[in-house]
Amino acid sequence: MKLEVMTIKKEAYPKYAPGTHVSNKDIINNNITYSWWEPEVQYSWSLGPAYSRFLQELKKGRIIGRTCKKCNRVIVPPRMFCEYCYKPTDDWIYLKDTGTIETYSISYLDPNAKRIKDPILIGVISIDGASPQHGFMHYFNEMKSEEIYIGMKVKAMWKPENERTGSITDIKYFKPLKGGER
Amino acid sequence: MMRKVAVIGAGMTLFRRRLLETGKELSFLATKMAMEDCELEKKDIDMVVMGSAPDAFDGIHMKGENLLDGAAATNKPYVRVFNGGGTGVFAPIAGWWHVASGVADICLVVCEEKMSSCFPHPQTAFQHIWDPIIDRPLHPNLVWLFAMEMNRYMTVYNIKKEDIARVAVKNKRNAVGHPCAQLPDEKITIDDVLNSEVMAWPVQRLDISPPSDGASALILCSEEKVKQFSQDQIWIDGVGWNIDSTMWTNRDLYFPRYVANAAKMAYKMARIQDPREEIDFAEPYDPFDYKELHHMEGLLLCDKGEAPILTREGVTQRDGDLPICPSGGLLGVGNPIAATMGQKVCELYWQLSGNAGKRQIPTDPQVGVGQAWGDIMQMGTVIVLRRG
Repeated sequence: MKLEVMTIKKEAYPKYAPGTHVSNKDIINNNITYSWWEPEVQYSWSLGPAYSRFLQELKKGRIIGRTCKKCNRVIVPPRMFCEYCYKPTDDWIYLKDTGTIETYSISYLDPNAKRIKDPILIGVISIDGASPQHGFMHYFNEMKSEEIYIGMKVKAMWKPENERTGSITDIKYFKPLKGGER
Repeated sequence: MMRKVAVIGAGMTLFRRRLLETGKELSFLATKMAMEDCELEKKDIDMVVMGSAPDAFDGIHMKGENLLDGAAATNKPYVRVFNGGGTGVFAPIAGWWHVASGVADICLVVCEEKMSSCFPHPQTAFQHIWDPIIDRPLHPNLVWLFAMEMNRYMTVYNIKKEDIARVAVKNKRNAVGHPCAQLPDEKITIDDVLNSEVMAWPVQRLDISPPSDGASALILCSEEKVKQFSQDQIWIDGVGWNIDSTMWTNRDLYFPRYVANAAKMAYKMARIQDPREEIDFAEPYDPFDYKELHHMEGLLLCDKGEAPILTREGVTQRDGDLPICPSGGLLGVGNPIAATMGQKVCELYWQLSGNAGKRQIPTDPQVGVGQAWGDIMQMGTVIVLRRG
């Protein structure tokens, strides 16, 4: 198509920008009318066979996965079906509590986007014994923010047995794997 | 047999951190502008598609029903679609299938978002999108997710932060010509981005688009009816969408393969064999500066790891060989999640019809691609528009 068929009116769109900006000052000075609501809602999730076993094993200080023989995959966190070949997974398999940092962030934001002074080290750990890039998110500690790197070998730091509740937080964090440690 | 679908009108509101108007009122303002554009009234609209992201932002469950009056949808066939950040391109895709299937001749697509209602910060609402069993007990902040993806991308290709910061600079400068823009800045420099507050390394404050309120609208028309509106048409030539597993810690985040799958679907429909040669400009989703690069690669507009190089060489500037985000993108115009249809699809229409004003690409573009990205780093939505 050639340019000469372009008979459309040449104008600058959008022609105008409707809407009324409200600044922080307007809110502080009560210049706008607003209403307020704080929801009070609670949830209780039943976790199904895969996550239930995973969390029960964490309570015992062990990481467990599932195998998919069709995809030749060792999957963690475990699930009862493989989302790729769409068959039931096959067997439970215990994995190590060591792994590799796949990626990380050094966060100066808390969960509500509030600023914090001491950064949180967070990232994804691929777990030894599972398929490549199979793992979960967790905290890192016992390392400085300038020491962390992608590819770093790490080991789980477990909570004392009597403090574990069957939660991902039964692992306190992952720490650098030391020489000779397994 | 699918029918051809044209875009005949577009509109968008001001994008700001907080707007006085309610979601319904914003929907009305954007829709009114789109109707004025093609001189249609509510009675002329056959069906309506609404796009709006998480209910938790508004604290109104099933907010599609709340918004419908503002979207000219009363007593009409109406549906709300939603896939997080992917919605801004998915809603016009849904509009496309209303017309392509033959059930509607004229379909209005309205996208609305009010992120300011969740107070003091919409981040609190984002806590509810995480897996409740293995992610949420760690109290994650959504910015962590993107920081981790950005770090993986940077590390795999050995990309300097400086080359990512160029995207924020380009888009905030591009936004200077946009009347709706929230964060245009013609003076911003790479150093400004690199020296901005570290939020979650490697993400700094100026790497991120702002939360915003806003709405946008698009009117789609069948081939049979389109002749009455204009002699020259802007056609939706291809659409694609694709989603990867929610188990994001079981995927390598360095490449968005779901975006590539969606792009291949859209290009096949649009009979595009060589996207690098045949696509004149693109509006990839840029809520963070690295995402523009990540998505250029996902859209197969360059090799993996090549997008930062093209950006450094100026190829992606408005007057470059492959202009990227000439609207100013989310980084410059703002990020009212679903309403970014204004930059990702309405902008394609304005550019292709030569009506983008100060933002106009000088090289007479014929084919543009828009893309959005959403859910837990897993959803790709792609649309191809062509003049002809």
